[in-house]
Amino acid sequence: MTLAEIRFVLPDFRLAGAEIFLLFMICVILIVELFVAKKGSETARKTAHALAQLALAGSAALICTANASGVALRTFSNTFVSDPIADVLKLAIILAVSLSFLYSSAKLPGRAALAKAEFYALTLVATLGMMVIVSAGSFMTLYLGVELLSLPVYALVALDRDSASATEAGMKYFVLGALASGLLLYGISMIYGATGSLDAVTVAGRLFSPRGNRIVAAFGVVFLVAGIAFKLGAAPFHMWVPDVYQGAPTPVTLLVASAPKIALFGFAVRALPGALAALSQDWQAMLLVISATSIAVGNVAAIAQTNVKRMLAYSSIAHTGFVLLGLSVGVVDGSAANMINAYSASLFYVLVYALSSLGAFGILLLLPGSEGEGDISALAGLGARNPLLAAALATLMFSMAGIPFLAGFFAKFSVLVAVVAAGSVWLAVFAVFFSLVGVFYYLRVVRYLYFDSAAPFGHAANIEAPAFLKALAAANALAVALLGVFPNALMAVCVYALSRSIFM
Amino acid sequence: MLTLAHYLILAAILFATGIAGILFNRKNLITLLMSIELVLLAVNTNFIAFSHYLQSMAGQVFVFFILTVAAAESAIGLAILVALFRNRKSIHVDDISTLKG
Repeated sequence: MTLAEIRFVLPDFRLAGAEIFLLFMICVILIVELFVAKKGSETARKTAHALAQLALAGSAALICTANASGVALRTFSNTFVSDPIADVLKLAIILAVSLSFLYSSAKLPGRAALAKAEFYALTLVATLGMMVIVSAGSFMTLYLGVELLSLPVYALVALDRDSASATEAGMKYFVLGALASGLLLYGISMIYGATGSLDAVTVAGRLFSPRGNRIVAAFGVVFLVAGIAFKLGAAPFHMWVPDVYQGAPTPVTLLVASAPKIALFGFAVRALPGALAALSQDWQAMLLVISATSIAVGNVAAIAQTNVKRMLAYSSIAHTGFVLLGLSVGVVDGSAANMINAYSASLFYVLVYALSSLGAFGILLLLPGSEGEGDISALAGLGARNPLLAAALATLMFSMAGIPFLAGFFAKFSVLVAVVAAGSVWLAVFAVFFSLVGVFYYLRVVRYLYFDSAAPFGHAANIEAPAFLKALAAANALAVALLGVFPNALMAVCVYALSRSIFM
Repeated sequence: MLTLAHYLILAAILFATGIAGILFNRKNLITLLMSIELVLLAVNTNFIAFSHYLQSMAGQVFVFFILTVAAAESAIGLAILVALFRNRKSIHVDDISTLKG
């Protein structure tokens, strides 16, 4: 083939405009830092923060305008998809990252190791990775997105170089994350071998036709699902979660606990029902076991924790279990009738969980000094010290516990409805039982807030934090409460996005 | 004559060696990083073998991406290792155990 015979078609860059703009702004942030004020000064951090928020706002605007047609458009040789589910997930990710920047501005000025442009640049690279994941049209893009998300997050966890626990958490996260990538890749290589393609649509088509080798593909699915469970932090692949949540600086924990969950939900939807629908029997059975284990292990292990960050880590394992539970009951006896209900319940769940965990870690960040590092006694008497924050945290805890009528309750309820509709009543009973076990440790937090005195711990009488951050935390909790009373709007968005995207 | 199965078995052995190295290694963090590389190289072998067998270029392209990502991954891994060593003065796996619960 000579050079003239190669037909080069220019890809439609407009569809990936948000990602390209974000990448551009990351470079701008790094360059601007060299010229503004003194490195490490508060002015430099504020500039980087403003530019980062601008980058996120710009990307959000580009997402809203790039593809308003409501149908899936593909570009870059079908490796990049722009469809409603990608747009919804990207906007949620951007909102989560933007909120986490705002919350962390309460703590960053006091910590020289974190208050740098690198913090914002690395977080934005991770955001770019998440956006690539949810827009992935082939297994190659999925893998590249996962790595683009993971690599900056390893660095972020260990960003506080002089902290022994942060570097240790970074190392553990790195080793187990790399192991997960290895499993993921091995699975992808088997699926490639079985179908001869990396493109999601082609893989899906070939697995339904006699051309695809379903046994080899099923072997690949085992590794792929294990890799996803590892990255999501679902039991039995959860050993990194508590260490990373506890060891990482709280601003980083806040990030790790929110947006990546949304992106990895996108990964699961793209890879499993999107490309491997023909093998739904196999991956649904695996997800079922993983989600049941996660719900049990997460809720039981959280009871024993005295560190709030570690407790919330185990709680995140349990919540991940619920998200995967919805994904595991989509196809019943070869019929996809339950699919949209089950998957939109999962999507609703992961969005609500991200919002609640942002609020919970955000409030931890507002506590003064080292109290934000998570010992549960830091919360003692918060009801008297700052009634607004205490009420907000209590609302979030009630929501995570699934008390009616908060968003967490409706999310659990809709997942369980989908499980019962799929005929697995015993599974729903199992999930409800362990959720009740979980109520114990959420209520313990509330007990510390209202029924314990701050005096024995020598806490200051009130919380010194910027008023707008306190208002933000209260608004966050209020949003969770309102989503429980009026869930229909968000649920309608979830149903619309899923039904218009990959299940055609 | 070498068939596809030979390559797949070789890759499976390399992959299993790498995973075992990550899970059972109790000595040295550098060995862990080497095991991670071994896992990724096993996957590359798989991709090349399938790519040749299926006469499809996609697998070989993917291998280039994996090689690039693997280089970035080891760079970050070694950087974290250096930071950890400065705090702990040790890279023994058994010493990395302050976080527990």
